[in-house]
Parts: sequence; structure tokens; C-alpha cells
Amino acid sequence: MRVVLAEDLFLLRDGLVRMLEAYGFEVVAAVETGPELTRALAELEPDVAVVDVRLPPSHTDEGLQCALAARRARPGLPVLVLSQHVEQLYARELLADGDGGVGYLLKDRVFDAEQFVDAVRRVAAGGTAMDPQVISQLLSRRSRDEPMGGLTPRERDVMELVAQGRSNAAIAAQLVITERAVAKHTSNIFGKLDLPPSDDDNRRVLAVLAYLDRG
Amino acid sequence: MKVFSGRLRSSSTAAGRGLFLSVVGLAVSTALFVLAVVSISFILLGIGVFTTPVVLEAVRKHANQRRLWAATWSSVRIPVPYRPFPKELRPGVTGQVERTTLMLKDPATWRDLLWLLVDMTAGSVLAVVAAGLMLYPVESVVLAAGLWRVFQDEPYWYMFVPVDSQLTGLAALALGIVLFHVGLRATGAVLRAHFLLARTVLAPARDEELARRVERLTETRHEAVDTAASELRRIERDLHDGAQARLVAMGMNLGTIEALVEKDPAQAKKMLAMARESSAEALTELRDLVRGIHPPVLAERGLGDAVRALALRLPVATEVTVELAGRAEAPVESAAYFAVSEALTNAVKHAQAERVYVDLHHTEGMLRISVTDDGKGGAVAGPGSGLSGIERRLGTFDGVLAVSSPAGGPTMVTMEIPCALS
Repeated sequence: MRVVLAEDLFLLRDGLVRMLEAYGFEVVAAVETGPELTRALAELEPDVAVVDVRLPPSHTDEGLQCALAARRARPGLPVLVLSQHVEQLYARELLADGDGGVGYLLKDRVFDAEQFVDAVRRVAAGGTAMDPQVISQLLSRRSRDEPMGGLTPRERDVMELVAQGRSNAAIAAQLVITERAVAKHTSNIFGKLDLPPSDDDNRRVLAVLAYLDRG
Repeated sequence: MKVFSGRLRSSSTAAGRGLFLSVVGLAVSTALFVLAVVSISFILLGIGVFTTPVVLEAVRKHANQRRLWAATWSSVRIPVPYRPFPKELRPGVTGQVERTTLMLKDPATWRDLLWLLVDMTAGSVLAVVAAGLMLYPVESVVLAAGLWRVFQDEPYWYMFVPVDSQLTGLAALALGIVLFHVGLRATGAVLRAHFLLARTVLAPARDEELARRVERLTETRHEAVDTAASELRRIERDLHDGAQARLVAMGMNLGTIEALVEKDPAQAKKMLAMARESSAEALTELRDLVRGIHPPVLAERGLGDAVRALALRLPVATEVTVELAGRAEAPVESAAYFAVSEALTNAVKHAQAERVYVDLHHTEGMLRISVTDDGKGGAVAGPGSGLSGIERRLGTFDGVLAVSSPAGGPTMVTMEIPCALS
């Protein structure tokens, strides 16, 4: 799988390249700045881009803007955005086109190489990887006034993982239950929240995120 | 037609105000001037010491009332330049003497007296002219309608027209109509001229204004230095007790792991997990600290989006409207951001609001921000409150804060910071 990586701090860039290569990815370009990223995305047509939000020369959200522009030029181009902080504002913008193939994670998540690589693969395959913090922020906004459509605590746990973009198999492994149980929980959740049922992993993520964001 | 009736209404109002001002100018200003002069000359006799402050206080009230009218009727802003009294004046006769001396030493007092003199003469004349421009044409209508009959023997002079017949009466009417049209356009301007005249006399001289400015700058600079120093202390303490301590612990753990790795691999693995957790916690702490120093969204996107991102974190529905055509300077953005943040925190924590509206816009060289909530109200910007902290922080940029929060709500916090966008 071909990856373009954009990160301005040498240590992190180097570490990420090593990690991705160790897991069998081919890093076709590891760039430092926004303009370089734009060029690499246009010329190399990677399977997935891993991008730091803040990039030189402007040191603003240049990485995010480059990624969004590249997705406008090539809809569905898989992009995983990394940041020192997560903001719902940015998550919304990434999810806005509804095409999938988007990830938004805290840089801390690279500590757990397996999970991180799993997220990269998911995004490359057109799925979604949302940082648990984004989801918990969304949940904390709603819990005050609404009991979340009468979900049981277990269903809430499942929903949180669904919103992060995990597959049924991954959710089952994490919660130590069977995949069939997960499937039952998800169909309950979709029923209670009045969402259109969907077997497609990515559609259901977007549906849940849209539901959470509505508040 | 609409333009005409609008003009007629505003000119008539201005004329009425002119008439009123001329009466006030003649009566009150004259009376106060005489009282003040008599009272001040009686100081030598002793009685003046007791009457002067009372009279001068009345003069100030009179002048302040005129300032208010100038601002509301003709948008002429006249600064209030009186020196503040020291907080504690001695009681009894000595205190009274002190008060009198302080007031007499204030150049603003003498400008007030000069203004009284100007107001009862030139000021009143201007006010009468403003009124006359609208009232005089009415007389020409009455003359033409039949009043001319009274003056058949001896002509009545309507300006330069001697009225003694229907024909001359109509000539007066024609002149009246011309005057009326002049009045429609000029009455407002003449009233404004009255206030501008007052401003020329009442406004403080340039060096006085500079002295006040220096005073204000010294004060806000002290506050800015204090705030900066205590911020640095807080950051130092947070780093020292937080991230720094965690890194020390992690280093220690790694040392132990190194020693254990061959003897007891299971234990070493457990400690590695602990070290990783500890590094994650250190990161979280640093992230919160950074957010408190300078929020990353503010650096990346500017004030508008930073406030939007802030609103998304709140547990209550918050509507944010932003009209900014560019970015303000970084220190201004930062001060404005933390001011909004504090106001929002108050709305959620103390006012128990369910909806909050934030409005940010930039007009006439001012960044204007308002934070309105539907909570229970009763917020005060007293010393020690979060609001007074905002006030101090904004003061460094000549910004101001106003709070309107009646018991039962709603609360509205408005802020204004002079700044340019780029």
C-alpha cells in the first residue's frame, strides 16, 4: 500500500516512516510542508495520505486545508489527519463531503502501533477512523439533556466504537463479545435512534456521527 | 414625500430642542454663573467655602446634562474631564476647605464657568436661530392669511419686507417659504453648531488629555505586567508538578525496566505499559496547558473559528455569528478569545443558561463582541470576579467591557476593543 506522509517534525516523521514500513506499507513520499504535500498528492496518487494538521510555511492548519483541497480534486482520496489536539470543527469539515475514507486522530494514538496501523488500513479502504476524544466530546454535549434515545450502557459502548469507525469484528474483540452480539446491539441502536439501517460499515459510521452532531 | 416628512419631523424636533436649550441657556446658565461668581468671591468672607462646592457641583451637573444631550441629539461627544476626588476627605471644616481648593484647582472648573458665559450668550443665540428657522415661516403664513390688516397704517417688518397689504403679505409668505426650506436643511446643523461650540469650550486642552492618557497607560501597564507574571507562575507550577514530574517518573521506570528486562521479563513488560500510560498522561496535561496559554485553533484559524470550536465544546446550545474580514493582531485575538471563553464559562456555570449567543464583528475600527445568555442573570463585574479579570485584560488594549444582567436574566456581556484587521 502506497502512503504519502506529511509531518514537519523530523523525529515524528522518521518514526512514522519506520513504523509504517515495518507494517508493510510503502512510503512513497515523506514531506515537510504544505506545498510539497499538495504536489505529492497530485503526482504520486497514493492509496492513503497521513497528514499533520499544522504544517509550514504558515504553521496554520495548512495540512488540513491541503488534504481537503486534494479530496475536492479527487473525491474519496483517503486521508488520515493527525493533530496534537482534536476539534469537532475540523472533524465536521473532514466528514462534510460524506465520501468516507477519512481519519482524524490525536498524535498520541501512534503509541499503539497496532491500532494506529489498523486505522490507516481502514481509512485506505474507504472507512472512517475518528478519535475516541471526538466521540466522547460529542457524547458529553448530549448526555446532559437527553438520555440518548434510551440506549443501554452496553449499547452506548458499542455506539461509541461504531462512531470511531470500528468494524463489528473489532468491536467484538474489544468488548469481548461475539460478533453476532455486536450485530444485534447495532441493529438495536439504529432502531432506537431512528437511523436508516445499513450493513455498509462506512455508511453506518457517518449516520451515527451525523446523529451525534445534530445536537 | 417620505424624505420631506422625515426632514420635517427631524427639523421640527431640532427646532423644539433649540427653543428649549435657549431657555435653559438663558435661565439656568445665567443663574449658575451669577451664583458661582458670588460664591467664589465670598470665599474670602468664609461663607464661600461652604457654598462653592455645592454651586460648582450644580454647574458640573448642568454641564454633564448638556454633554448627554450633545451626544444623544447631535452625536457630538464632549469628554468629561473632571479630576477624581481622593477617596477619603477629612471631615469638618478642613475637609470642606480641601474640597473647595481641589475644585478650584481643577482647570475643568474654570472651563465650566467660561462655558456658562458662552452658553448664555452665543450658545443661546445659536439655539434661538435653530428654533427660529422653523417658527418664523409660520408667522409669514399668518400674515398672508389676514394678519396684514392690523398693520395697514404702520408696516410690520417681516425680515426686510414691509407688510401692510395683501400683496406684501404674500411677498412675506414667499420669503417665509424660502426660509422654511432653508430651515428644513439647516436646523439640525445649527443645533449641532450649538453643541460644537460647547465642546470647544468644555473639552480639555491637549496637554491635559495627554496627562490623563499617561495615567491610564501607567495603570494598565502595571496590570498587564502583573497578569503576565502570574500567568508565568501558573505555567511554571503546572509544568513542574505535571509533565516534568511525570517525565522524571518515566525515566526512573525505564531505568528499572532496563535492569529487569532479563531477570523478570514479565514484570518489565508490565512496567513498560505503565511508562506508556504515563507518557500519554503527560501529553494530555501538556495539551490542556497549551490550550490555556494559546489555543491551537486560534493559532491555526484565527478568532472566529476558535470561538466556534470553543462553542462546540460547551454542553449548551451556542450560536456563533462572526463577521470579521481579516485577522486582528495576535495579542488582541488572544485577549478577545479568553474574554469570550470566560463569559461563556460564566453563562454555563453560574447563569445555568440553556442557550447562548455569541456575536463577533468589526466596525469602525472596533472589534465588538457580545455574549448573551438566557440564564438567571445577576452577574456583577466586581473586584475578584472573572469579569473584572476580563476587564483588566482588555484594558491593556484600551478595550472596555459592559455587563447587563438583571436578576432573572438575560445576561449580556459586551466588549469593545479598538484594533485593525489585516
